[in-house]
Amino acid sequence: MGSRLLNKIGLFFAALVLVSPAILFFLWMVSLSLKFEIDNGAYPPILIPERFAWSNYAKVFEENNFLLYLWNSVLVTGTATLLALLIGVPAGYGIARLKAERSAIVIMIARMTPGLSYLIPLFLLFQWLGILGTLWPQIIIHLVVTVPIVVWVMIGYFETTPMELEEAASIDGASSWQVFRLVALPIAKPGIVVAFILSIIFSWNNFVFGVVLASRETRTLPVAVYNMLSYEQVSWGPLAAAALVVTLPVLVLTMFAQRQIVAGLTAGAVKGG
Amino acid sequence: MSAIAPERAGVTTQAMEEGQPLRLAPNYWPFVIPALVVVGAVIVFPWAFTLWMSINSWTLGQSRSFAGMENYLRLASDPRFWESLWHTLTYTFLSVIAPMFFGTVAALIFDARFPLRGLLRGVFVMPMMATPVAVALVWTMMFHPQLGVLNYLLSLVGVPAQEWIFNANTVIPSLVAVETWQWTPLVMLIVLGGLASVPREPFESAEIDGANAWQQFRYLTLPMIAPFLMIAVIIRTIDALKSFDIIYAMTQGGPGTASETINIYLYNTAFSYYDMGYGSAMAVVFFIVIVALSFILLMLRQRSQWVDAEGK
Repeated sequence: MGSRLLNKIGLFFAALVLVSPAILFFLWMVSLSLKFEIDNGAYPPILIPERFAWSNYAKVFEENNFLLYLWNSVLVTGTATLLALLIGVPAGYGIARLKAERSAIVIMIARMTPGLSYLIPLFLLFQWLGILGTLWPQIIIHLVVTVPIVVWVMIGYFETTPMELEEAASIDGASSWQVFRLVALPIAKPGIVVAFILSIIFSWNNFVFGVVLASRETRTLPVAVYNMLSYEQVSWGPLAAAALVVTLPVLVLTMFAQRQIVAGLTAGAVKGG
Repeated sequence: MSAIAPERAGVTTQAMEEGQPLRLAPNYWPFVIPALVVVGAVIVFPWAFTLWMSINSWTLGQSRSFAGMENYLRLASDPRFWESLWHTLTYTFLSVIAPMFFGTVAALIFDARFPLRGLLRGVFVMPMMATPVAVALVWTMMFHPQLGVLNYLLSLVGVPAQEWIFNANTVIPSLVAVETWQWTPLVMLIVLGGLASVPREPFESAEIDGANAWQQFRYLTLPMIAPFLMIAVIIRTIDALKSFDIIYAMTQGGPGTASETINIYLYNTAFSYYDMGYGSAMAVVFFIVIVALSFILLMLRQRSQWVDAEGK
């Protein structure tokens, strides 16, 4: 009995060691963002300063147009995710029911393709269409990220939902749309939540599309933060504060929806091969 | 995988037993068509266009002309391209090995029961969800040779200060450290999924036969989770080959071209020099490299499953 308890304590500490790089990193990130320049330049480094520099956060929003970029991020991620759900959930259903497993290969190839190879042709296309100054290019290209995620998660989900109810409904004369809308969709809600969360996170985090397609007015948050890096080499406080502002929504979402995310990623990844 | 296969089989046999008439089968294609259209527009069209561009010579602002295989030949004799290919392969190799090791260890630990397991697992997963650019920015500050916290921590244990990403010799390992920090959780999740599907009974009989923990791991756990490890290796390989955000945000391929991977060189060619034709050819070759490596790994996986099935 005693050795068992010892074992559990040992495992706890082993896990703590493994988690420590993550904990230390995020602690240091918060610390950097709350220190004045003099404390950030101190040697040896200071973890908890005597005075907190809350002004770093105010600076981020006042001097860098961050509210606009936040709004851009919300629009791009929101629209790309909603569009992806709109077309991806039915597609996942159709593929699962058709047992069209080859279509999974298409999604795998989409995963293998480097984002940059979509960018050259689509950049030229958007330029030709004259929509480069708007948010539409980014919304459209984010579909490259969001649609495969949604389809992937939904195929996995619909494959595991029972067919009996759907069969019964179609024998009772429901059309295939009604079967989907009234029988399959309500059962699939947890799967849709997983797809929604993962799609939001990976679209929000995307950087490469924005760095090419965004103009001064249409930057998303990751691009805005990167641009701060190139102009404000020296002031670490506001820089770290900006980095935290960008990633905080995602981290909060991760904390609250941990179970769904783990389930979705495990299922998706396991079938990814 | 193995967890899903029986269920699928169940559904098919059931449908056959009931002798379901064909005309009752609903038409599912309308559900798929909108997605097919979008996939065609944002995935297939760019591919076709890239292929076409790669046999043309076109720098933005100049006139386009047909070039045949010229871009590909130029690629073959471009030392900067070969150098970037080498960087990509080194970076990928290290970025697969390190997360595989730490991720597997983490999965073995998180598979057991201990206090606060759920909370710790939640924190462990956070790095892979954090915005890569934000992560890269904070790491850049931590790598700072004079003011960075990492050199301070090293000094506490008597290790001399490093130049990390600011030195051509250490830049790739330093970037790999960040990549490992961020993506070890994904390996952990995949392997954890594998461990969950491992049956208990063999371990009980092994215990009775007096096998120690290492023997149990080596001869029972490892063979059973091998397919999951292969999946993790494949996914990690694809993602590491494609890595862009961390490298671009931290070094932009520098110092000099010491950390310039194909993806970064491709970006520079297309969007700094606006050499679209050459960039497209590079994209095609890059994609072939990714597919080839994935294919080799998939073959290995098939074999490992085969051996596994035979073993049973």
